[in-house]
Amino acid sequence: MRHRKTPFIFGFLVVPVALYILLVIWPYLQTFGYSLTDWSGASSEMNFIGLDNYTKLFQDSAFLGALQHNLLLLIVLPLATILLALFFAFMLNVGGKSGTGGVQGVRGSAFYKVVFFFPQVLSVAILSVLFQGVYRTDKGGLLNGVLIALGIVDEQHPWDFASNPTFGLWCIMGVIVWSGVGFYLVLFSAAMQSIPKDIYEAAMLDGAKRGTTFFKITLPLLWESIQTAWVYLAIAAMDAFALVSTMTPGAYYGGGPDHHSEIMATLLMRNFITFGKAGYACAMGVVIFFITLVLSVVSLRVTRREKIEF
Amino acid sequence: MGSATGYNRRDLFKRAAAITVLAAGGTSLLAACAGGSGSSDNKSGASPTLGGDSKNPFGVKASDALDVVIFKGGYGDDYAKVFEDAYKKAYAGANVSHLGTQEISGKLQPRFNAGSPPDVFDNSGAQAMKADVLVSADQLTDLTVLLDAPYLDDPSKKIRDVLLPGTIEQGTINGKMYSLNYVYTVFGLWYSAKLFKDKGWAVPKTWDEFITLCGTIKAAGIAPFAHQGKYPYYANYIIFSLIAKQGGQELVKKINACDASAWDDPAVLAGVTAFNKIMEGDFLLPGTNGMTHTESQTAWCQGKAAFIPSGSWLENEMLDSTPADFDMAFLPVPSLPGDKLAATALWAGAGEPFMVPSKAKNKAGGLEFLRMMLTKDGSSKFVATANSLTVLKDGVNADVQLKPGTKSSAVAVKAAGDVTFSFSFQDLQTAFDAEVENATNELVNKRISPAEWVARGKAATAKKV
Repeated sequence: MRHRKTPFIFGFLVVPVALYILLVIWPYLQTFGYSLTDWSGASSEMNFIGLDNYTKLFQDSAFLGALQHNLLLLIVLPLATILLALFFAFMLNVGGKSGTGGVQGVRGSAFYKVVFFFPQVLSVAILSVLFQGVYRTDKGGLLNGVLIALGIVDEQHPWDFASNPTFGLWCIMGVIVWSGVGFYLVLFSAAMQSIPKDIYEAAMLDGAKRGTTFFKITLPLLWESIQTAWVYLAIAAMDAFALVSTMTPGAYYGGGPDHHSEIMATLLMRNFITFGKAGYACAMGVVIFFITLVLSVVSLRVTRREKIEF
Repeated sequence: MGSATGYNRRDLFKRAAAITVLAAGGTSLLAACAGGSGSSDNKSGASPTLGGDSKNPFGVKASDALDVVIFKGGYGDDYAKVFEDAYKKAYAGANVSHLGTQEISGKLQPRFNAGSPPDVFDNSGAQAMKADVLVSADQLTDLTVLLDAPYLDDPSKKIRDVLLPGTIEQGTINGKMYSLNYVYTVFGLWYSAKLFKDKGWAVPKTWDEFITLCGTIKAAGIAPFAHQGKYPYYANYIIFSLIAKQGGQELVKKINACDASAWDDPAVLAGVTAFNKIMEGDFLLPGTNGMTHTESQTAWCQGKAAFIPSGSWLENEMLDSTPADFDMAFLPVPSLPGDKLAATALWAGAGEPFMVPSKAKNKAGGLEFLRMMLTKDGSSKFVATANSLTVLKDGVNADVQLKPGTKSSAVAVKAAGDVTFSFSFQDLQTAFDAEVENATNELVNKRISPAEWVARGKAATAKKV
């Protein structure tokens, strides 16, 4: 059988692999090549300059700042999103009144599930427009309007949210978490529903409280989903381009004020498109690629645990 | 576990998913870099020279197709079709292809890289290709031949004699003119003449009067000054106008050339210090530092603020939001004591850059197309539809009705005469400009002092290309 199975499998794989090589691997390799040149992005002429771009990159304070911001996103986004999603998923599936026999979610959990998932349906463009309205810097903004009406904020000096050097990036993170929690809530809910109810019931009979069941039963059995979520979110944290470039101030792809919300993606675009330093921008792309790669491998390794089959 | 291969189904799926996401996330950044593999042997051909008869100075052949790409923004692209029809009439049988788009970079970058650019294009908008980058890549035609070609309405004059002052300088990079900026724009302060009449406010002539008036306006419960804070280059129109008037034309040249010594000129500190009085007096519209151009300009149209900086596209841009009796008016930036330039001097410049690629197939046709745009009839049609002036001197037929803002900017242009200045660094030195914009954003938020702003501007000159 074996000699007939191999060509069969090969026949199915050859087209996707060829496409993958042409559309993904080849551009990657080209990018590595371009990152060693002084390509302007506006002509086909370029000179080979070795590792100059990389040397410059690690002396560029704007890039190092952007790198730090991406690392901040990398820590905060997965942590906040997963914790919130886990909490909500637990409440919706097994957090209901105990002691009535059986395990259930809080009242109206089906309704909440839809509500929480809703932001996931919105495209990034809509998110950006929506939250520019929320964060607007005069009393026409949703938050400023409410805060001014409540007398917390002075109408003459409203808060500047996304334009603030300290809080700007946090405002963007708020949007990303808000839009992402729903998806992971549904992901974790699905995983929780596959946990047999009798495990919970057995634990309850033994006198386990809600907290104990969460940490001793839910969390360990959800570990694989959390691990996947972590990888997804870590990669999302390396991007965040659309929101930062549209919502923060600054010439050409935002990142302001004064690089305070700069991320590698906005810096890359500005150098590639605006400043005509495409070779330099490709070097940034390569650095982002390696960081993402290392992150994925590390997070998959570190979070590897024994699995329980049920 | 326990399957022979050491992997179970779930494991396999999970890994596949992780790799896919990884690839997708990476591609969005890396794919942007995949670009030109076009042949590089297609070097720029020789520039067309003035030859032949005065009617067809570039030697256009009707048999050659003309490929036109127009930025379809605030001015639309219908005006270009008028010029294309005129071209077809003059060169019967010429095949003209037209593309109106907002994605100039997206459409043209691959064509430049592949060595097959259009014959003439309007390089405008947020996604314009950067002129400095194109020039350093040797992609543009030197337009000097166009300047020396005869003017269609009166062949005894050359094109260079019928352009408004500043047009040639605006398109000049490293001593050569590469772009014909067709729309004549004035930069300064805008206000509602009706509001000023109702309140009995006199239009200020000096910066001191302006600041005093700001106090009066604030006392009347209106914010004196709004600006498009999310995009700090609008505030720079005011700062750099003050600097230019104080320091004179030589200083403007030095700043445009990213000469670090320009920033030691006391006029620079004087200009920005004068501008900073707006912040000292707390005259900003609340929240304006974080607002987009649409948000702030709409608030200004609603009468929430008295002055706003902008170029003269403002009237056309805000047509829908402007009350009928608003009576929009333009005010050149008021003067400081000891100014080197006249009080009527203003930042005026040509915008909407039209370029002829050096590797264009029908370069002569591209140049001829530009020459045809510079006729009084052509210019009038543009003025009437786009509510903006063109770079053609006296380029409006008497029967064209101007809107109030356009009329008042035409008056200012006339009053200024030859004394205009223009800061081309906003278009031509983008890396330097980005740094200056950042510094201005810090200044309007009171996070740095005028002296620190000057220091940052000086440091930014290192970003010269």
